[in-house]
Amino acid sequence: MIEPLWEVFVRSRRGLSHTHVGSLHAPDATMALRNARDVYTRRQEGVSIWVVPAADITASSPDEKDKFFDPAGDKVYRHPTFYQVPEGVEHL
Amino acid sequence: MDSFQATLDADGRIEPRDAMPAGYRKTLIRQIAQHAHSEIIGMQPEGNWISRAPSLRRKAILMAKVQDEAGHGLYLYAAAETLGVDRADLLDLLHSGKQKYSSIFNYPTLTWADIGAIGWLVDGAAIVNQVPLCRCSYGPYARAMVRVCKEESFHQRQGFEILYTLCNGTEGQKAMAQDALDRWWWPSLMMFGPPDSASTHSEQSMAWGIKRHSNDELRRRFVDMTVPQADVLGLRVPDDSLSYDEESGRYRFSEPDYTELYDVVKGNGPCNQERLAHRVKAHEDGAWVREAAAAYAEKQAARKESAA
Amino acid sequence: MNDLFVYTLRLGDDALISAQRTAEWIAAAPQLEEDVALGNIGLDQLGQARTLLQYAGSVEGTARSEDDLAYFRDERDFLNLQLCELPNGDFAHAMARLLYFATYQQLLYEELLTCADETLSGVAGKAVKEVAYHVDHATQWVLRLGDGTDESHRRMQAGLDALWPYTAELFESDDLVRRLPIAVDPSALQDEWTRRVTAVIDESTCSRPESSYQHSGGRQGRHTEHLGYLLAELQHVARSHPGATW
Repeated sequence: MIEPLWEVFVRSRRGLSHTHVGSLHAPDATMALRNARDVYTRRQEGVSIWVVPAADITASSPDEKDKFFDPAGDKVYRHPTFYQVPEGVEHL
Repeated sequence: MDSFQATLDADGRIEPRDAMPAGYRKTLIRQIAQHAHSEIIGMQPEGNWISRAPSLRRKAILMAKVQDEAGHGLYLYAAAETLGVDRADLLDLLHSGKQKYSSIFNYPTLTWADIGAIGWLVDGAAIVNQVPLCRCSYGPYARAMVRVCKEESFHQRQGFEILYTLCNGTEGQKAMAQDALDRWWWPSLMMFGPPDSASTHSEQSMAWGIKRHSNDELRRRFVDMTVPQADVLGLRVPDDSLSYDEESGRYRFSEPDYTELYDVVKGNGPCNQERLAHRVKAHEDGAWVREAAAAYAEKQAARKESAA
Repeated sequence: MNDLFVYTLRLGDDALISAQRTAEWIAAAPQLEEDVALGNIGLDQLGQARTLLQYAGSVEGTARSEDDLAYFRDERDFLNLQLCELPNGDFAHAMARLLYFATYQQLLYEELLTCADETLSGVAGKAVKEVAYHVDHATQWVLRLGDGTDESHRRMQAGLDALWPYTAELFESDDLVRRLPIAVDPSALQDEWTRRVTAVIDESTCSRPESSYQHSGGRQGRHTEHLGYLLAELQHVARSHPGATW
């Protein structure tokens, strides 16, 4: 049972073009896009995702931005600066 | 092959379609795959405590951490696949025991404090191992490691914060923290592998730019970083011979008992059976789901074609 | 107990108990992408729970924290829907539950967006986007499992059928929601919920579950036998060290 491999491109807020961020497996384009959102933008690392099988490109549509991406914005415990580390502790 | 060596000599990056020695490719596939397997097996000892996390904030942080580990596994399998292998095949090798994962995950998480110890020590050791890999000669692996390392620093901090809270809490909590350190210290040192004198693959891996530092050097780095952190926690490192050497500015410490490492790697650790069985079960239980997704995709493609 | 406290607790407990069940899939999902996706869903649900429980504690006037409420209440004091506490079952059961529950939450939060209570409307503002994704995720899987293989169809039908008797409870009206001005009367949500859920079921090629005996009691603290075990696991460490900080 081999699920097709998809390449994932994400355009970050500051950039102008999509960058390749990696790949994942999904049975079809719909699941590939959703998996890419979960795996590659959990820290709100991008506003637009393209997934490409061997031949095609599928892009997320701009007016779905809220549904896909806003929820990731406030999961603050992901960023290392969120933790209270006592003063003077090095290498953390 | 000249361009391969020239790239290495210039400290450049080998990319997927470059010519490369068969041994380089084979070593990388094995190393990246085992790294990926470690991430997904590592989800289990920590995942054990999600349902029992003693505060909602801790529960949320732990869920995010374990989820990150799944993500890391995905990044790493993706990197391995650029070398022409399939993730499904790599998983088969894990499930059949032909490829391994880091021995540290064969130890049990017995108390809530273990979750703190894992974040602090195991992720700390992983970071020491992984930061040099961000400059590994193979491009996709190096890039995956950059992404992984960014996320790992959150993991280590949350572990330290858990223990710091315990060490400043009740007597019961302090005892829990010390007990966790007592059990996780030596296995964490063993994460760096056998001593240099006994390490067989190191030289070739270093020549190929896959390995940047020796096992012993990384182990010493880890000890030097971690002992002062234990002091901040007020915990005692379970090594009677641990001492600070003024002249070198480094710590002297006892060598771990490597027979334990070899036993665990061979399959005789506390949780080897359980970890693999749990992983295989999840995979087998999920087979009908994956088959359904593939069948649906096929049907949809056929419908689209006949409608066209 | 004041009405606002009870109402907020109902919503918070729904989210908390759901999060606990969703998190059980982490390291056990059918594929790694799903461990990540369900992790996200569980985190969303837990986030909603935390905000709601924090608010409940503050309106109660006793200064009980989110953790006091989550870890130090007994079974009969939890007000979640029974649907949320049921064991996960197989992946089809889990997706059936998510479809039923998240569709309900989506309609509920859409109504709460305009309620006069600022905190609740704020929770709703954030949650509507999250649950839209949950509904989408459940829908994608219900379609694939229903219209996949014979085995997945059988299991999907079984999941939809098994959980149907727990859905009427979602829409129970009572004196509290009728007299509390900011509350959403869930009975008003039923028609639209039914329309949306049956549309997905129809498209998945499964049959609409038959109306049958419907369970009830969660809102009055009368639960299934499963909740006791769930709480034992959830609360054990915290209760073993009363007064400790984590």
